[in-house]
Amino acid sequence: MGVKHFGARVARLEDPALLTGRGRYVDDVNIPGMLHACFVRSPHGHALIQSIDAGAARQMPGVHAVLTADDLPAPMAGARMPMLVPNAAIAALRTQHCLARDEVCYVGQTVAVVIAESRYLAEDAVAMVEVDYDPLPAVSDCRAALEPGAPTAHRDLPDNLASAFRQSFGDVDAAFAGAPHVFRESLFQHRGGGMALETRGVVAHHDRITDLLTVWSATQTPHIGRRMIADLLGRSPERIRVIAPDVGGGFGPKAIFYAEEAVIAAAALLLGTPVKWIEDRREHFLAATQERDQHWDVEIAVEADGRIRGVRGSLIHDTGAFVPWGVIMPYIASATMPGPYVLPAYQLDVKVALTNKVATTPVRGAGRPQAVFAMERLMDRVAQGLGIDPAEVRRRNFIQPEQMPYAVGLIFRDGKPLVYDSGDYPKAQAEALTLADHAGFPARKAAALKAGRHIGIGIANYVEGTGLGPFEGVTVRVQQNGKVLVATGATNQGQGTRTTLSQIISDRLGCRIEDIEMSIGDTAAIANGVGAFASRQAVNAGSSAAMAAEVVRARVVQLAARALGVPEAEVAIEDGKAIAQSGNRPEIGFGDLARLSQGMPGFSMAAGDMPGLEHTAYFTPPQASYCSGTHVVEAEVDIMTGGVRLLTYSVAHDSGTIINPLIVDGQVQGGVAHGIGNALMEFMKYDENAQPVTTTFADYLMPMATDVPTCRIAHVESPSPLNPLGVKGAGEGGTIPAAAAIVAAVEDALSPFGIRFSETPLTPERIVEALTVAGAYKRAAS
Amino acid sequence: MIAKRNISVEVNGALRQAEVEPRLTLADFLRHTLDLTGTHVGCEHGVCGACTVLVDGRSARSCLTFAVQVDGRAVTTIEGLGPGAGGLGVLQEAFQRHHALQCGFCTPGMLTTLTELLNDNPDPTEDEVREVITGNLCRCTGYAGIVAAALDAARRLREGEA
Repeated sequence: MGVKHFGARVARLEDPALLTGRGRYVDDVNIPGMLHACFVRSPHGHALIQSIDAGAARQMPGVHAVLTADDLPAPMAGARMPMLVPNAAIAALRTQHCLARDEVCYVGQTVAVVIAESRYLAEDAVAMVEVDYDPLPAVSDCRAALEPGAPTAHRDLPDNLASAFRQSFGDVDAAFAGAPHVFRESLFQHRGGGMALETRGVVAHHDRITDLLTVWSATQTPHIGRRMIADLLGRSPERIRVIAPDVGGGFGPKAIFYAEEAVIAAAALLLGTPVKWIEDRREHFLAATQERDQHWDVEIAVEADGRIRGVRGSLIHDTGAFVPWGVIMPYIASATMPGPYVLPAYQLDVKVALTNKVATTPVRGAGRPQAVFAMERLMDRVAQGLGIDPAEVRRRNFIQPEQMPYAVGLIFRDGKPLVYDSGDYPKAQAEALTLADHAGFPARKAAALKAGRHIGIGIANYVEGTGLGPFEGVTVRVQQNGKVLVATGATNQGQGTRTTLSQIISDRLGCRIEDIEMSIGDTAAIANGVGAFASRQAVNAGSSAAMAAEVVRARVVQLAARALGVPEAEVAIEDGKAIAQSGNRPEIGFGDLARLSQGMPGFSMAAGDMPGLEHTAYFTPPQASYCSGTHVVEAEVDIMTGGVRLLTYSVAHDSGTIINPLIVDGQVQGGVAHGIGNALMEFMKYDENAQPVTTTFADYLMPMATDVPTCRIAHVESPSPLNPLGVKGAGEGGTIPAAAAIVAAVEDALSPFGIRFSETPLTPERIVEALTVAGAYKRAAS
Repeated sequence: MIAKRNISVEVNGALRQAEVEPRLTLADFLRHTLDLTGTHVGCEHGVCGACTVLVDGRSARSCLTFAVQVDGRAVTTIEGLGPGAGGLGVLQEAFQRHHALQCGFCTPGMLTTLTELLNDNPDPTEDEVREVITGNLCRCTGYAGIVAAALDAARRLREGEA
C-alpha cells in the first residue's frame, strides 16, 4: 500500500471554494418564497409572563405570523427540551421550553417569534409585540446563588443547587496530616463565549410532495439535532433531514441543540413556507451558550523536595438557568485536575449552581482550562514556596513514560476508568523549554530589568481526554463513475475534516485524493452520527474511514481478481485502478468494478458476495485517548498601563500520530489564540440583576492579530494504542494550558513587586490595581 | 415607509441597477439582492470585519454602509478578487499554502483588506500586516497563517508572479 497523503502537509481540499466566495453557509441558503424570523426575547433575568399581546404586530405589513408557546404544535408546546447528556448526579433536571410559557429565567430567553417577508420587517414587528412581565428577584453570582436565602433561579425550585458530587481517591486526610508543606489558593476563572465569526442560524423547509422536513443549521451535531426535532415535533426521523452546511466556526456552543432550531422547524411546517432565522451578534451574546464563572478553593500538600502528597478542595460552577448538556464541564474539570503528575491522593467537592443567565455548555476546552489553571497555579505556589524552579518542580512530579498506561484513580466523563493511554510528559516539557530558550531566560530578564522592562516566563502542562465516544461512522462507496463517495456523521466547522478523511481513504483504498467526493454533516448521507465536540473526530471518524476503506479495498481486490482472471495476490491498486501484476498487466477501473458489484438483473450473485462496492464502519473507542503537552510563554508587562505583550509562545504538543501537520499546527495556533483571549481579555459581564452588559465586540474584547504571536511548535508523537491510526484529538489542546502559562508569565514579570495572581481574565485594569496595592507606583515616584 | 430609491452600482466590473429601501445595508444588498453570498456578516456593528468589501478600491464595512451610499460607485467583493472561474489569485493561493483559513467565514474580509494593503504597500513588514488586519477578527487560525500568507503573496507579487 503506497502511503502518499497520511502524515503529509496536504493543502486543504476545502479551501478553493472558501477562497472565492463559493462557500455555502446557512445564510447562503435561499429558497423561493422563504420568510424570515426574528425572536422576541426576555429583557429580564427572571420574570413571570403575565400576558403577550401580538395583535399590533400581526397587523404590520409583511408579517405572516407571530407564534407564542400556545401556537406551537404538540408535544413541543408544553414539553421542556430533552436533556442531551443526562447524569444521575443532576438534582435539577431542568431544560427550557422552546418558547417560554409563564416564566423566563435569563435575558435573551425565547418568548415568541415573528415570521415576516424580510428580517427588517420581522424586527420592526418584534418591537410591537407587547409582553407584560412581572419581574422576579434574579440571582447572578454563582457563589451567592448557593447562600441560604438566595433568590432562586426558578420559582418552583427550593434552591439553586443543580448538582453536587465528590471526586476522590487515596487517603487525602493522611496526605495532608503529615505534610511538611501545604499551599492554598482561591481561584476565580471565567471563560467567555465561543464567539464563532458566523453566528447560529437555521433554515427550515417542508416539501409537501415528499413530506420531508429539511433543516439547515449552523450546528456541530446534525444527527443529534434530527433526534431532538423528531421528539419535539412528534415526527418520524425518516421524514426529517438535518444538514450542517459550511459552518463558520463552532468551538462548542454550536454542539448543543437550541430552542430556535425547533421553533423554526415548527414554523416552516405551520406556515407551509420555508423560514430562515439568522442570529445577530447581540442575540449570540445573549442566547448562545457560554462557559463562565468557576470558583476554586484548593490546597496542595507536598514533601520538602516538592513531590506531591495530595490535593483537595472545592469547586463552584455556574451552569446558568438550565443544564442542557448536563454537568459535563465541572465533571471534566474535576477529572482533569491531576494532569501529568503522580498524585497519590485527591479530593474535590463540586457544586453546580443555577443562576439567571444563559446556560453554560462546553467552549473549546470544556472545563479543562480551569482545572489546568488550578493545578498549575498550585505547582507555581510550590515552586515559589520552596524556592525551586517551576520547571524543576514539575519535572520531579511527572508520570514517567514507562508508567504508561497509567491509571489515575478516577472515572472520566466517558464513564470509563481514567487511564492515560500513552504520552511522554518529561520529553514534552523539555522540548517546550528548548523552544523557548528557557536556559537563556535569566539573562534576558536581567537585561530587560536594567532597561526598565518587566519580562517573565510561565510554564503549564496539561493532559486532555480526547476522542470520546460513543462512535462516528464513515461510508466509503465506489461509484459507477469511478469516483469515491464518502459520507460521515462527522462535521466540519473549519477543522479540515474533508481533507484529513480524504488523506486516510485515498491511501488505504488506493484512489486519487481528487476523486473523493465527501458528504459531511448531512443526516441523509449516513444513518447514524454524533458530531464535533471533545476533539473526537480524528479518532472516531478517522478510524472509521480507515476501517471502511480497507474493507472496500479487499472487495476491490476480490472483484478485480475475478474480472482480470488472476489470483488476488497479483492485484495491485493504484489511483483508482486495479492492475494485474502478471502477464501483460491488464487493468480495470473502479467505475467498472462498481458496475460489476451490482450483478446482472436476474442472475445470481457469486456465493458470499454482497452487492455494491461499499462499506460503512462505525468505530467505537474503548475509552478516551489522552493528548498532552507543555506551553511556555514569555511575556512583557508595561507597568504603567497594565498592558501585556506576549513575546514568544512555545508549544510542545502530543496528539499521537499526526494525519496532517499543516492542520494540526493550525489547530494548536488557533487554540492558543482562544486561550490568550481567555487569559487576558474576554469577559462576559452581568450586573447584579443578571443583566448582560458586554453585548458587543466593543465591550467584549477578542484577540486581534497584534495580540497573538506566531507559536513555536514541536510535535511529540506518542501513538495511542486505542485506535488503528494511533491518533488523539488536537482541537482543544492549544487552549487548555494557555491561561495558566500566561498568568504565570505575567506574575513572573512582576516578581520584583511580589504580586500573585489567581484569576482570569487578567485585564490591564486588574494588573494596575495589583501594582497599586503592591506600592509599585509609590516606589516609582520616590 | 420611506420610498425606495433606484441605485446604479458597478459590482465586480458589471453595472447593477436596483430599487432598494434606504435602510438596506450594502451587505444585505450584495448578499440578498445580488446573491453575492461570499461577503459575510459577523457582527453588524463594524468590529469583526468579515463584511469588508472594497468601494472604489478602499476597504469599507458593508454592514455599516447603506446600499444607497454606493450609488454611482464601484464595489469589489470576494467574488471579484481572483482571476475568475473559480481560479485562485496570488493572495488566495498563499492563503491555501499557509493554512490561513479554517472555517472560511472571516476569509472574504481578510482578502479584501489585504488586497488593499498590497496595492498600497507592496512590501509591508510583519508588523504592518498585523496592524492592518486588527480590523478583522479571526477566531480559528490565531492569525499566524494569515500573516505568513500576506507576506508570501507580497513577495511573489513583487517578483512579478501574476
